[in-house]
Amino acid sequence: MNVFKSLSRNKVAMVGFGILFILVVIALFGPYLYDGTPWKMVQRPFIPPFENSSFPLGTDTLGRDVLAGLIYGARISLLVGLISTAIALLIGIPLGAYAGYYGGWVDEVLMRFTEIFQTVPSFALAVVLVAIFEPTVYSITGAIAIVSWPPVARLVRGEFLSLRNQEYVLAAKLNGQSNRNIILREILPNSLSPIIVLASLMVASAILLESSLSFLGLGDPEIMSWGYMIGAAKTVIRQAWWLSFIPGVAIAVTVLALNLLGEGLNEALNPKLSGNREN
Amino acid sequence: MSVQTLLYIGGRLVKGAVVLLVIAVFNFFLIRAAPGDPAKVLAGEAGATDEIFLQQLREQFGLDEPLYYQLWVYISNLMQFDMGITYRQQMPVFDLIMERMPATLLLTGAAFLLSLSLGVLAGVIAAANHRKMMDSIITVAALIFYATPLFWLAMMASLFFSVYLGWLPSFGMQTVGVTLTGWEKVADIGMHLILPATTLGLFFTAVYARMTRTSMIETSRLDFVKTAKAKGMKPSRVTTHHILRNALLPVVTLAGLQAGQLIGGAVLTETVFAWPGIGRLMFEALLQRDYNLLLGVFFISSAMVVLFNLITDVIYCVVDPRIELSK
Amino acid sequence: MKPLLKVENLSIRLPKGGDREFAIRNVNYNLMPGELLCVVGESGSGKSMTANAIMGLLPKVIEVDTGAVIFDNYDLASLAEHKARELRGNRISMIFQEPMTALNPLMRVEDQISEVFLIHTKLSSKERHNRTLALLEDVGLPDPKKMLRAYPHQLSGGQRQRVMIAMALALEPSILIADEPTTALDVTTQAQILKLIKALQKKHNTAVMFITHDFGVVAEIADRVVVMEKGEMVELGSRDEVLNNPQHPYTKKLIAAVPPLVAPQREVKVHQAPPILHVKNLCKTYSTGGSWFSKARIVKAADDVSFELHRGETLGLVGESGSGKSTVSRCVVRLLESDSGQILLGDSEIQSLGSKELAPFRKRIQMVFQDPYASLNPRKTIGQIIADGPIAQGMSSKLAFEKAADLLELVELPKAAIDRYPHEFSGGQRQRIGIARALAHDPEVLVADEAISALDVSVQAQILDLIETLKKRLNLAVLFVVHDLRVAAQVCDRVIVMQKGKVVEVGETSQVFEAPAHEYTKSLIASIPGAHWRSGAVDVTPTLITEASA
Repeated sequence: MNVFKSLSRNKVAMVGFGILFILVVIALFGPYLYDGTPWKMVQRPFIPPFENSSFPLGTDTLGRDVLAGLIYGARISLLVGLISTAIALLIGIPLGAYAGYYGGWVDEVLMRFTEIFQTVPSFALAVVLVAIFEPTVYSITGAIAIVSWPPVARLVRGEFLSLRNQEYVLAAKLNGQSNRNIILREILPNSLSPIIVLASLMVASAILLESSLSFLGLGDPEIMSWGYMIGAAKTVIRQAWWLSFIPGVAIAVTVLALNLLGEGLNEALNPKLSGNREN
Repeated sequence: MSVQTLLYIGGRLVKGAVVLLVIAVFNFFLIRAAPGDPAKVLAGEAGATDEIFLQQLREQFGLDEPLYYQLWVYISNLMQFDMGITYRQQMPVFDLIMERMPATLLLTGAAFLLSLSLGVLAGVIAAANHRKMMDSIITVAALIFYATPLFWLAMMASLFFSVYLGWLPSFGMQTVGVTLTGWEKVADIGMHLILPATTLGLFFTAVYARMTRTSMIETSRLDFVKTAKAKGMKPSRVTTHHILRNALLPVVTLAGLQAGQLIGGAVLTETVFAWPGIGRLMFEALLQRDYNLLLGVFFISSAMVVLFNLITDVIYCVVDPRIELSK
Repeated sequence: MKPLLKVENLSIRLPKGGDREFAIRNVNYNLMPGELLCVVGESGSGKSMTANAIMGLLPKVIEVDTGAVIFDNYDLASLAEHKARELRGNRISMIFQEPMTALNPLMRVEDQISEVFLIHTKLSSKERHNRTLALLEDVGLPDPKKMLRAYPHQLSGGQRQRVMIAMALALEPSILIADEPTTALDVTTQAQILKLIKALQKKHNTAVMFITHDFGVVAEIADRVVVMEKGEMVELGSRDEVLNNPQHPYTKKLIAAVPPLVAPQREVKVHQAPPILHVKNLCKTYSTGGSWFSKARIVKAADDVSFELHRGETLGLVGESGSGKSTVSRCVVRLLESDSGQILLGDSEIQSLGSKELAPFRKRIQMVFQDPYASLNPRKTIGQIIADGPIAQGMSSKLAFEKAADLLELVELPKAAIDRYPHEFSGGQRQRIGIARALAHDPEVLVADEAISALDVSVQAQILDLIETLKKRLNLAVLFVVHDLRVAAQVCDRVIVMQKGKVVEVGETSQVFEAPAHEYTKSLIASIPGAHWRSGAVDVTPTLITEASA
């Protein structure tokens, strides 16, 4: 499709895509290719990066391999990011579609419900949920999904509200097509573009959320994550600042790459934004 | 103030109250959903060993009674601002939260104002220099700040400006060990405020900058801007009198919705900077496993957001003449 | 007499990737003081480009290539920006097409108008206020004092356009450029605005450059005419010369495509069979707003509407915006739920049926929509779009696609189109596809809801011919919702005139147009621009266009 063509022309978006590709490779194959483990204490603590060739990024407060931590951390970040976003989409898209398509009291009820979620400070809600249900990778993913679905519902509702009066939808009604058919085959395919863009941005914010939770000590204790690494290094920031610095850069680069990709998708899918306007 | 406005405000208050009620009920069931004895959950790690305290809690919350009775007790307590007691500080939860509230209000208020003004300014400059160097610089900077984790940025800023350069304090709200009054006190708090407020606000600065930029560019393409130019207006006047006001509307709307996010960010910022607000209180509650306190902070921060939303709704109606209050 | 404005060999280049190299090429015309020059063309003809160049409002990516625009010893095409700003709004003003969006929604009317004085003069605030008030009276706005404090969204389209005119004429410019200012307005409102412009022009001796696509407007107000096609000037002359004796084939084609206002004589049909569609006492009311303290606004979109339609006849449903004609047409096909009344399709009453019972009746009455760019799902192939109707009614996919191919032939499109997507087709072609979609059900009644209003004039004639041919061939009953009376005159056997939800007149087309009975019908017909021209007095045979090239 020519979406990929216009996307590939966007150099900045391609940089983002490239970074993500490398990350996915690292997440999938890293643990098999690199010999270190993140949890074992392998050497003396506080070895700075680039000093020891067996530990290219040094060791942390307990003598654990920093590079191994980064590689394993990539896994959890991407996994949590992707799955929580998928769940949020599964909740938000049907809700928004029904609210936007049927309108009336269905819309009222669903929107009040969404509003309650949007009023509550989302990070605080995530903290509360993970704390009460004990931090595991499942509760974290679930909590992030639960705080992330309202914007999806809002967006989809908006799209359906504007598209349901389009003439081709009216033609479909005249054809005798069922409501389900119209929602799935007429409107949804035409509202995918903004949803895709939103999804890429949601993965980014999910990763930020997960690292924030881990930083506060609410990460899964059996899984090494970037946020945890930063949190653990908080008290020793004066002696070993790189222990907080390096994982943070990893997070920032990942999120940035996702944002660039999202922006690129936005421009590719909405050509009118790129500034070409006929008279 | 017209009758319509009063009715509108009344309606929104009722709506807000309903939201808070739902959150309260949610909190109630959340405690019951946690693994273990609800009394021990309410008591927290420290209080769970104290049998007398546990018995007190059971009576206070009616934990041996049927569920609907417990709910009734919980809600009516809440309406009287009774949220139970935190064992470690031996204080009513509500009082403890109110004690820490001003610090958070100061921090989030400063962050909000800073981020909005800096963000809008940056966005306007970027839009004015569209497709030129300045635009690229601002856009890239916004993208970077948008992507960096808040807590990490706070730590790095603290490391650089406080530890390395020694310009600013990195701990707490006031200098420990001295008692200051009057303007000296204000200045001291101000110095302590700079790093936390800026790092908390940077994420939102990026958001507002990008949104303002896009909004300015899009608004400048609208028909009425062409009309303004056709009147022979100077570009500066076109920007200030026609583009700016219209372009800022969506930004202001967005700013209003960000209140909840700011409080979430405050949790992280206050933890890094040991700022004595309710965000840090939430962190302490986590460490102490004091879920009653945790949910108390959660509830109060939701109430703050509801109030804030109401205020912004009313302001928005005043600003945009197209909105009719009766709707 | 020396020309006020001289456009000399003006060429404007389009950026790479446009559909042609030049937006306009070698354009030459003059504007004499006090005259009204109409610049006519279809969409994409470049008629607005010259105007934008004169005002210096070309978009940044488009620049003047060669040529000059001489005004008062200045070359506007190469004038320094600060000097050009002095002239804008002051000596040369412009008004635009869309009154809805051309005014700043957050500024009051008074502030927007007096801004002109603020920019170009040193008048005190009190003087500005008085001058603005006088201007509002000049342009015929009701209750000018109240109007000063109003916001644009509180005004109607016609009122907003008057405000635009007041703004433009505030400093009594020598030249007023009007870029399709009445295209988005109702016929009666348009007539008022045209009258206003003509009157103000005479009063202030302003030269007016009026850009339009409507030859009727040209006939009504022009002194001289310029015709443009794809960026080139093809004809230039006085109004009478160009309208009654066009030289260039393109001009002839455009003029021929304008339907004359007199209905051709038709044999009054005597219908043997009972009407296929019989609407009785249809009512639809909307109420908006309303609370304890303010009464709800009640709008009767359809107020006791009744009519009959037979197979083989075309019934025109005519009215302005807000007349209720669209409401009625949508109620008839059950896209909109009416409040009360009866809709008899053949022998069956369908107004009161639930959606399940309605399903089998869907295929008997179908609709063709107005916007060719919104009536086809951009993500479906043409074949899918046409076949989905029969498939939803139970036909097998294979048969439905075969039928789609046959229908494409019927609407004069190539069979290969079946696998293509809507964006590959032009507006006229898309409308043909829309017709094919409707006919896929083998309907007895076809409702055309402004089916040609969004098309260029030359394309409209083709689609109308197609509908007429198909009607005869398939013995359809056609309900034609239309606001353009010329089209109604040509195409409809009978017409119904609607105003504010009520039917005010019914009758044979020729009868209604020659001797309208109701006051509203009379004013409606009188408002048609250029009513005297092409009223049948001049015999012009419509050009036969055989290929479906549009």
